[in-house]
Amino acid sequence: MSDALTVVVLLLVAGSATATVAQRDPARQALVLSFLGVLLAALFTVFQAPDVGLSQLAVGSVLTPLLIMLSVRKVRRRARSEEGTE
Amino acid sequence: MSRLRLWLLAVGGAGLAALLAAACLELPGFGGSRHPYGDRAVHASLSRHTANTIASVNFDQRAYDTLGEMSILFAAVLGCVVLLREARDEHRARPEPTDVARPVRRYALLVLPVALVTGLYVIAHGQLSPGGGFQGGVVAATALHLLYLGADYHALERVRPLGVYETTDALAVSSYLALGAAGVLAGTAFLANTLLPYGTFNTLSSGGAVPLLNAAVGMEVASAVVVLLAHFLDQAVEIEEEPGRGTP
Amino acid sequence: MHVLPYLVGAYLFLTGCYGLATSRNLIHAVGCLAVCQSATYVLLLAVGYRDGATAPVFSDLKPGSRPVVDPVVQALTLTDIVVGATVTALLLALVLQIAKRHGTVDPDELRELRG
Repeated sequence: MSDALTVVVLLLVAGSATATVAQRDPARQALVLSFLGVLLAALFTVFQAPDVGLSQLAVGSVLTPLLIMLSVRKVRRRARSEEGTE
Repeated sequence: MSRLRLWLLAVGGAGLAALLAAACLELPGFGGSRHPYGDRAVHASLSRHTANTIASVNFDQRAYDTLGEMSILFAAVLGCVVLLREARDEHRARPEPTDVARPVRRYALLVLPVALVTGLYVIAHGQLSPGGGFQGGVVAATALHLLYLGADYHALERVRPLGVYETTDALAVSSYLALGAAGVLAGTAFLANTLLPYGTFNTLSSGGAVPLLNAAVGMEVASAVVVLLAHFLDQAVEIEEEPGRGTP
Repeated sequence: MHVLPYLVGAYLFLTGCYGLATSRNLIHAVGCLAVCQSATYVLLLAVGYRDGATAPVFSDLKPGSRPVVDPVVQALTLTDIVVGATVTALLLALVLQIAKRHGTVDPDELRELRG
């Protein structure tokens, strides 16, 4: 039973990692990355590592995507203001 | 992307994949029962009355490594602060206060205290239950930013005097060092967990120096994340370049 | 089953590398690097797993009553995650600087600018 669960979560992680890399728009990639973070947290819980799962949930699915989104916003705003002045 | 580069990537990737697969086949099987280091770590943790073995490994057995990790964290935050400072050709534009949808506002203000307390709880119980300074610090720091969702940027800036958090960050690293040096002064080794009594198993004050080091890390991570997010938010929301002085 | 978790770790690393190499946007590349980082977490935790074992937390478990998984690799992974996030932040700060100085975040255009 737990073997089957491990295999399923592992394959889900591999699938969503592929989706993260394949998504070329950084803002959408941040969302997929956040989903990958949740899946990884689930995988770590299956691996009996609740400490690591908690850490991954806080960092991988909240902090990193948030930083990426903020960077995307900054870069887009810059591009827009440059178009406006030229 | 030129064709040559794609070919190079394909060849290199295939070679690396083959090597990695060969290495995976040689690894001890998944789920094996031989974990000599793990068994010793569990034994050492129990002998020092720390219920959460991972906290014991991080803040007692490998406390010196954690010091290194804290320094990386500190240096990375310092680098971000320097890179994202307001340059000479930029100015701050106060963002217009915008209307927040009522359900969002209510939800954010409701969840904010809960998330903050959860973060502090996770830090405080690091040596007992899953969690600790690293996780709780991130939770508490990101919880604070729900205020940006629930109210506006101005409200967030008022509860977040950046200087205080930057000082806290430095103080937390120094207190970790001071706790380590206390061991030397007491006649044992740097960061050796021999100074304080180990206490009763499975209580908040158990584990000797583990709760103190854990609290120092929690403080450091929380203030580091607040400082990081503050600088990124400043860039994304407030700081603008002077018009006409963009790229050459 | 005995090697699948390791292979998934290797796969995550290779996918992240592919994304890094073919990326047309530096922010996207940082996201791919995060995928590469997650490969190390999966590999480390897979090495420490033990069949039928439980988490190495003894607040509600009588010591010695059940086997526990390896806590050393978990502690390594834990700090790895937090340090990885700050490194991501540092890289994103560098990307913002590049965007400011060169007006683009496309690595190919950057190369043309220099040459």
